[in-house]
Amino acid sequence: MSNPLIYGVEFQARSLCSLHADMDQVSFLIGTQSLNTTNNQVHLVKLQEKTNTLSSHIYEHSVGEIWSLTASPMDKRLISSCYASIERDCEKCTALWRLPENDGHLENVLNFPSEKYGTDVKVTTFHPTNETYMASVVDNNIVMWDIGESGVKVICNAVLDGKGQPRFTTGKWNPQSVNLQFVTADDCNIKAWDLRSQAKIAWSLDGVHTQVIRDFDFNPNRQYYLATCGDDGYSKFWDIRNSSQPLISRADHSHWIWSLRYNPVHDELIGTASSDGQVLITRLVGISSSAIENEDIKTKTSVEDKIVATCDQHEDSVYCVEWSATDSWILASLSYDGRLLLNKVPKDEQLRILL
Amino acid sequence: MDIKPGSPYDINGACFNADMYVKKVLKESNLKQVMDHEREIHQDIQSLHSDMQTLVYENYNKFILATDTIGKMKNDFKNLEEDMEMLLSKMDDITKSSETITSTLHANRDEILKLSETHKLLKRFQFIYTLPTTLNKLLLKEDYAQVVQEYLHAQRVLTQYGNQESLKGILNDCNNIVNELMQILYSHLRDKDITGKELTKSVDLLLQLDEPVLSLCKEFLLHSKNRLFESLDVLQLQVENLNQDMIEFIDLGSDTFLSQLCIVITSFNDMFIENLSKNDEETDTTLNQLNIFVEGNMIRYLEIVQCYIDKNTSDTAILVRALDRFFRKLQAIGKLFSYKDFTLNALEIISSAARRQTKIHLAMLKAHFNDKLSTVRQSLVSLQKLNDNGFATESLTSLTSDIIEKVKGILRDISTFLEPEVSFSTKYALRKSISVDNVREGLVVGFLHYLSSAARSYTICTPCPPAFLFLIMTKMCLEYQTSGISYLLQLVDETYEINKYFEKKPKNSSQLSSEVELASDMHSAAQELVNYYVRVEGLAISQMLKKSVETRDWLHSLEPRTVRAVMKRVVEEITSVDSQVGELFEEGMRTDRSSDSSRRTQLSRHIRAWSSGGTATNTQTFSAINRLFSERIDIFSPVQFSRVSITTGIIKISLKTLLECVRLRTFNRFGLQQVQVDIHYLQLYLWRFVSDENLVHLLLDEILSSSVHRCLNPILMEPSVVEIICERG
Repeated sequence: MSNPLIYGVEFQARSLCSLHADMDQVSFLIGTQSLNTTNNQVHLVKLQEKTNTLSSHIYEHSVGEIWSLTASPMDKRLISSCYASIERDCEKCTALWRLPENDGHLENVLNFPSEKYGTDVKVTTFHPTNETYMASVVDNNIVMWDIGESGVKVICNAVLDGKGQPRFTTGKWNPQSVNLQFVTADDCNIKAWDLRSQAKIAWSLDGVHTQVIRDFDFNPNRQYYLATCGDDGYSKFWDIRNSSQPLISRADHSHWIWSLRYNPVHDELIGTASSDGQVLITRLVGISSSAIENEDIKTKTSVEDKIVATCDQHEDSVYCVEWSATDSWILASLSYDGRLLLNKVPKDEQLRILL
Repeated sequence: MDIKPGSPYDINGACFNADMYVKKVLKESNLKQVMDHEREIHQDIQSLHSDMQTLVYENYNKFILATDTIGKMKNDFKNLEEDMEMLLSKMDDITKSSETITSTLHANRDEILKLSETHKLLKRFQFIYTLPTTLNKLLLKEDYAQVVQEYLHAQRVLTQYGNQESLKGILNDCNNIVNELMQILYSHLRDKDITGKELTKSVDLLLQLDEPVLSLCKEFLLHSKNRLFESLDVLQLQVENLNQDMIEFIDLGSDTFLSQLCIVITSFNDMFIENLSKNDEETDTTLNQLNIFVEGNMIRYLEIVQCYIDKNTSDTAILVRALDRFFRKLQAIGKLFSYKDFTLNALEIISSAARRQTKIHLAMLKAHFNDKLSTVRQSLVSLQKLNDNGFATESLTSLTSDIIEKVKGILRDISTFLEPEVSFSTKYALRKSISVDNVREGLVVGFLHYLSSAARSYTICTPCPPAFLFLIMTKMCLEYQTSGISYLLQLVDETYEINKYFEKKPKNSSQLSSEVELASDMHSAAQELVNYYVRVEGLAISQMLKKSVETRDWLHSLEPRTVRAVMKRVVEEITSVDSQVGELFEEGMRTDRSSDSSRRTQLSRHIRAWSSGGTATNTQTFSAINRLFSERIDIFSPVQFSRVSITTGIIKISLKTLLECVRLRTFNRFGLQQVQVDIHYLQLYLWRFVSDENLVHLLLDEILSSSVHRCLNPILMEPSVVEIICERG
């Protein structure tokens, strides 16, 4: 990858999200993670297309270090964070924030009462279409919130039972499902929960990795297609209707893969981040939505699966990748040392996809 | 008295001197003796005298008889002369009378001649009139040849005078009989049980009867076809039953089908082709018929043979011998029947047989290899601890030299196809296809490709086989790369004289896979395997470290007293992995080590940085600068095939995991100190395994600095205390 744009945060960071609601500008949010300062921050980084430089706003997040950050898909000022509370002996809490007009402190919208479900909040996410629904993953619980006019209400709570105190590693709404389907990763399994009917598991992929699954992502344009990645260094691509065998299994990274994202527009491109310090963009045409469209044109499907871009300009483990919601050629990656890179898909790959 | 013969004293001698004798006697003898002697001599004289008298008498008698005879003869001759004169005169008389007779008889002679002519004609008429009955008789006697002869004899006359009423009937009768005969003969043609000789005779007779050649040909061939089909059906049955060995089958085919075919061809030639040598057009059409016939049958035969060979699974020696016989037989037929060369088809069959044979061998070889591999795998599973030193090398031999020996045996086996005494071994194209396509490319190269791909396939195999298997397979691939491949290729090139086929052009890469290609393929397989091994072992140790960090409450740790047990286990595990690797791989390159004593006193750079009174921010800056100046660590750089490199790879992955785990936790003061102790322990033990100990230091520093970051109250332990704890535990 040639010359990505670099933005540096002076603290360690492991949370990154794309500001989906901002359709005009390429913008990303970074949350810092530092125990040794009360001044944890959220950085809003925007790409100035005219000058091709990065500008930023810095908001104070004084309640503790940020472990995860998500942005509302509707309201570009609304974000949620999971943080280790300084007040409460590093127990993790989660809250909803509004970005102020100018730099300064984040405006607290509400705090989720997660403490009765557990002390380790992994993530709090916005429902992709319904503004009032949110969900948090806490220890072995999924808690679905309603954040309507009357404050926060618990709608539903699903619990993962099993021996050895299983815990979720992450979770997200299934964007392919019109129902309230929430998908989680725990250890080596993926489970989809139907939140309309309490704790009913809609489908699952069990034991699909040999070690913990760190992240997963749905193909935004092709139903039933899902990608997983984990500590065994594999990224695997699934058709959830067939849980016995992955469609593709790749071992391009040499250490844990922390994050994996489908390109929201060109879903043959997949970005992955690993603690080997590398960010890869992999092209998998055969299982993309364009493969269905071009089914009769065999020539296009003969494009081989390969890594189209390698970014090795991170000096430390990379924990997050996010595609920009606005410019689908831009992949942001954040390493632990606080370095944000805006990588571009190589020109010839862009041309190949467009032509 | 001793008297020498011939002396004058020998009384019987010619030169006897009586005076001397008397004197002597008188001189030598006394009176008595003389008197005796005198009496003796007297007696002798008397006897001799009487003898002489008898002789004279006898001879005289004979003489008188002779004189009488002569006198008689004189008289007789006088009579004879008279008789002769009488005879002469009588002969003259006879001559005269004969002349008169001749002259009188002359007038009647012509008449007699005419009469005898008429007699002859009458006789022939009689023959014709009796012909129908004769023919009937002969027919009943089944002397068909005679019938035909008689008929042909009469036919000309009959047809000539056939318009005459009397003869017409006869002609009709004859024709009827001959028709009947032809019916019989034709029925012979259709008869299955008739011998070839009889058949030929029948056909010959029919030909003599001026039957159309073409229809005869058809009849003949139709008949032969039926018979050939019978034998072919028998053969077909063999194919389905497969209870014979291959040679017997081929022999059966030669004895029944092929020999019958030969007879058909020869008799056809004798009967039709040679008789028709004048008429070109007809010859062509008959020949054409024969061609179609022979070809049709041969093709079916060849198909059956092909079928049989496909189904049969006899070993190569028997196969080759059978094919040899088969080929020779077909060559013989080629001499007999020169219009189409069936040896080409035969060669095709042979080459397909060879191809199949190599395929079978290849499959067996693969199975053998898989067998060995699974044996190794099983014994790996059952052998919990690999303290048996011989095991690794033993398994390795079973996968390399044993297999190579096996390949060698197969090469020898297949080479029976090309032995000089085998009839088809001289065919260039066949040799080439067997040597190059089947054996070299198909068998040897194919197997080598299979080896590497099979080894590779284990990396995606679930459940994951014992990790040590990957190491053995890595070593196996390396062995093949360095020696096995070149040995096998050389062997096959020599045994099969591969270069002979590529003399003109230099070795064409498109046709022959080169050693270099194969070796590099093997090398990359080995690389994949060793990478996979490092990955699997690394992940196994990672898992231990991960569990140990995740399950502990670091926020409420107590002051560290000992090194955590898991660290000891990690070191043990790495030691055992290292010794496993050491069984198969050489030591490899190391960078120079600092002396042991200096290592003991060496303090972690962070500790020094920290104790020099820094803050967290300071440390972070320091670590950033540190990273800037130190070389970038590739956690998973390509592993080399050496003990050090492999172990280093595993350690790197493990330490990186520890780093990631530490970063996910938050520590209190004692938690941090526990990490400090653990790190120091690892530092004490891990340096010996790696190629560059700075690498371990760097990673350990990173872990410590990360835990400092993740600590709420970062106060490190006194280095001396750390050392004491580590030495104690």
